[in-house]
Amino acid sequence: MTEKPLPQLPRILALAAKPLPLTPLTVMLTLLTRQLMQRHPGLQRRLGDHAQRRFLLDLTDMPFLLVLEPGGARPRVTAHTRRRLPRHDVRITGLTAAFLGMVHGSLDGDALFFSRDLVVEGDTGAAVALRNAIDDAELDLSAELAIIAKPLAPLLAHLLPATERITGLALHRMDRPEGAAL
Amino acid sequence: MELVCPAGTPAALRAAVEAGAHTIYCGFADETNARNFPGLNFDRAEMAEGIAFAHARRAKVLIAINTFPHAGAEPLWHRAIDDAAKVGADAVILADIGLLAYAADRHPDLRRHLSVQAAAANADVINFYAETFGVRRVVLPRVLTVDEIAAINREIDVETEVFVFGGLCVMAEGRCSLSSYATGKSPNMNGVCSPASHVDYAEEPGGLTARLGGYTIHRTAKGEPAPYPTLCKGCFVSGDQTGHVFEDPASLNATQLIPALARAGVTALKIEGRQRSRAYVAEVVRSFRAAVEAFDAGRAMPEGALAKLSEGQAATTGAYAKTWR
Repeated sequence: MTEKPLPQLPRILALAAKPLPLTPLTVMLTLLTRQLMQRHPGLQRRLGDHAQRRFLLDLTDMPFLLVLEPGGARPRVTAHTRRRLPRHDVRITGLTAAFLGMVHGSLDGDALFFSRDLVVEGDTGAAVALRNAIDDAELDLSAELAIIAKPLAPLLAHLLPATERITGLALHRMDRPEGAAL
Repeated sequence: MELVCPAGTPAALRAAVEAGAHTIYCGFADETNARNFPGLNFDRAEMAEGIAFAHARRAKVLIAINTFPHAGAEPLWHRAIDDAAKVGADAVILADIGLLAYAADRHPDLRRHLSVQAAAANADVINFYAETFGVRRVVLPRVLTVDEIAAINREIDVETEVFVFGGLCVMAEGRCSLSSYATGKSPNMNGVCSPASHVDYAEEPGGLTARLGGYTIHRTAKGEPAPYPTLCKGCFVSGDQTGHVFEDPASLNATQLIPALARAGVTALKIEGRQRSRAYVAEVVRSFRAAVEAFDAGRAMPEGALAKLSEGQAATTGAYAKTWR
């Protein structure tokens, strides 16, 4: 963790993403979420009843909103325009860098809350459970994407680190001990 | 000196060990420990695996069973002690006299530490716990000066452990009812101070408003650091004054006092934060391991850079260097 301000998604990328249709993003993120829930059963266990909640993820530097529904047999993430707030139980607001930093073990959720880089509104208990479940799962989204898009894995292996360097976003697990399994 | 580090999850336990913790403390996922938060803590299998991981790297694991049993529900706490012994914990951290008696009677070989929740703040009471229940170490409440700790250590034969980093409680631990007043749940009985289920935040015209059990406890203006949603850190209006009536939101950081604490006879240094992420655990443990090694080598204490991790983004030496009474 550093004292530096969090990186913001380059505005040009956000503008380029604005006109894109949201359905492909919904499909890809849902696939990713189902794989995560299947490969990391601790997520469901630690979420408990909170898995039934609808988590609105407001990534403030993205042109869309995400709703995560991790519970049940068919977990999903849906992308929504910012024109109208989708139905939700808890809203978590912050930069993409804050979310990815927490997922990948480089940022502390409480510290982000103290600094106001992360704001939680609604069901605080559900937000705390999600934070703890994700932190324990030691996720690596780059590795998970490589599993989903197996034929494209060599391309991703070049593309994702380059994107990481350009944007400053943590796209892979930052605290993986050498030789540790995914 | 021994560095005793927090772990709220198996991932945090591994992070603590990798970062150089000598000892890790953690709890079971129920009301038997004082960090009974959603999604946190260990089931029995995770605890056994965590202990095996730590022992393989020559680190110890202490299990906190440091809440006070509800009348009629004692078996939950008794099972926790039995299971701590079964999974090979290096010690249990207890606060309740009945549980100390149970552990001493049923598991005499299981090392017993007295939790900070017992608020044992003088030599007489510590000697009573040591003689009656065979307590080997006492975690001192965060209300004592370094001189008072030295005075206690001169009159006792058990080890003392003190907090050096993390959140502070304004009252002697185990005796605070503020959370209970606002929510009906307390760290003493339910393992939760200001339970998340009773916390509500809202961005309002005056700033980020925090409510606990329906009471507005502070409103943080844009750009100002936010505190934990506890009543003791609340900001209240009284007459024409607005301020933190009980306690300013700041975290303890006693890095520079490590030499003085060693001279006062302290055995172990404790880091608060079982509710925090593995990123926090790794960074704080690395910083304090460096400080302990510097002290052992006779070097000056390093200047840490942990402010970003601190509540209120501000640090204090708390009661150790008391200037406010």
